[in-house]
Amino acid sequence: MCGIIGMLNKDGKRIDGSLIAEGLSLMDERGNGQGAGYAAYGIYPDFKEYYALHVFLDNLKEAKVDVEQEIERWGYIVYSEEIPTSEKGTIEGEKIPYRYFFKPDPRKLLGREYNEQDAIVEMVMRINAKRSGALVFSSGKNMGIFKASAWPEDVARFYKIKKYKGYMWLGHNRYPTNTPGWWGGAHPFGLLDWSVVHNGEITSYGTNKRYVESFGYNCTMLTDTEVVTYLFDHLIRKHQLPLGLTGNALAPKFWNEIDALDPNVRDVQTALRLTYSAAAMNGPFAIVVANTNGFIALTDRIKLRPLVVGSKDKTVYVSSEEAAIRAMEPSLDRIYNPLAGEPVVHQLEGHAQ
Amino acid sequence: MEHKDAKQIDAKGKDYRTLNKEIRESVNDGINYITVKNVLGHRFIADGIKNRTLRISIFGVAGGDLGAFMDGPTIYVRGNAEHAPGNTMSSGTIIVDGDAGDCVGHSMRGGKIFVKGSVGYRVGIHMKQFQERFPTIVIGGSAYSFLGEYMAGGIIVVLGQNCTKPVGSYVGTGIHGGTIYVAGVVDDNDLGVAASKKEFTDEDRDIVSALIDEYNHHFESSISIDELTFTKIQPSSKRPFSNLYTTEG
Repeated sequence: MCGIIGMLNKDGKRIDGSLIAEGLSLMDERGNGQGAGYAAYGIYPDFKEYYALHVFLDNLKEAKVDVEQEIERWGYIVYSEEIPTSEKGTIEGEKIPYRYFFKPDPRKLLGREYNEQDAIVEMVMRINAKRSGALVFSSGKNMGIFKASAWPEDVARFYKIKKYKGYMWLGHNRYPTNTPGWWGGAHPFGLLDWSVVHNGEITSYGTNKRYVESFGYNCTMLTDTEVVTYLFDHLIRKHQLPLGLTGNALAPKFWNEIDALDPNVRDVQTALRLTYSAAAMNGPFAIVVANTNGFIALTDRIKLRPLVVGSKDKTVYVSSEEAAIRAMEPSLDRIYNPLAGEPVVHQLEGHAQ
Repeated sequence: MEHKDAKQIDAKGKDYRTLNKEIRESVNDGINYITVKNVLGHRFIADGIKNRTLRISIFGVAGGDLGAFMDGPTIYVRGNAEHAPGNTMSSGTIIVDGDAGDCVGHSMRGGKIFVKGSVGYRVGIHMKQFQERFPTIVIGGSAYSFLGEYMAGGIIVVLGQNCTKPVGSYVGTGIHGGTIYVAGVVDDNDLGVAASKKEFTDEDRDIVSALIDEYNHHFESSISIDELTFTKIQPSSKRPFSNLYTTEG
């Protein structure tokens, strides 16, 4: 099952994490206590020019030394600390959440054919593939993911998320079905400033995994949602597709629907479907994918998972259930169920596509 | 005025189990009229309750599987309902004075559901009828795709009020029993596999007219069948997939 939720203040106003936790916790029935998490944007204004690396460490000895050696091969750590948590030992399979504010060093990237963001991606992939007791689960600027193998309200309390203020929040309540419930398997998944929450299954995982691996991404989190993160990063950051078209590429229309479109639109949709056949996601899903500028929410093309969108003034809400949105904002201007496969895109003011 | 067989329950801050226990205990105590306030996504309300005289009024957003397996009660929702109200219900009535989510009347086998506004995907999926059991769903607004998917019996009426398109695509995919009536035009491309348009007869008119009267009564509206043109959708055959896994037939 799983429950997903998100909210964006389009005017950039920052609010603390207690509201999203309240909405998500209303859908506890959609999870089983084996994974929950939050992504927050705008939470590190004092460090906004640095990449905030959130890392699960197995211990503060060799695992920490190991990951820091790797990070320092790519640049320098400006500041680091344990992520403040409460009630140590209350969550099963506990890892030590640690954060590094990091700046890639252009001198250390000399001779390489890629830019700074490519370097971050390669560094994260290397650390996670080595599995040496450290797992980078968040690596964007001025944003961060907080997750664990527990109920939504416990994760919110554990990370003290009401102490963070963000203009956009995503949340997820997990009910693992086909893959294990563990800290690394909790949502949101992240890479650079991307974060992804997902309800459903990506039955095309094998095909999608091979597709992203051919571009250097490594799938290491033992669950399907991870691949969605890399698909978005690849199609948008590398291929520079707009968000809406990316949605169409990943949840393509049926051929008979494409045939019925106006010729111009039809040609674009045909090209997308042919070009990205190995990136298209099959199976039941509802996802919310965010980056610094906003989010896209999307379901599979026959709506096998629910998605509700609401709005009030300059705030947009999205969730698996209407009640969770109303728990965050009782008097909405609008609330509706988007059509299957229809990308719902909302961005910060000044960032409209 | 408070009757001795009436009770008001405040759902605010209560977990759905606590709320449903309270409702169930009230019914066991002989309460016949229950008003539940501040409902916010509470699931499984009135599930499995067998009682023909019970009336429940819900204020707020009724959570998933409202009235599932229920047999007899009447539930009036003053607000919206989430997924699958009336899931496998046997008899009774659910009236939603708002919109409802996906899978309204999922596997419904009797009773009636009226939704004033619009509904989501797969409404009436697997509805069935048997002897005196005959389920009916009436929708005031529009229904999204896969309406009446694998439908095996009963009636779905879509009145298409205040919308541009009354139904989505794939209407009646896999239908092998029952009837769907849609006010307005249904494009042939929007019919699912196994669904066909049939002539709307005087007998159909009487059936739909009576259901519209009932809808008008529940929502104090004044929709007239004279202003509507209905498309009737029924199974093309009783065994639409007989050749799916075998070559016989």
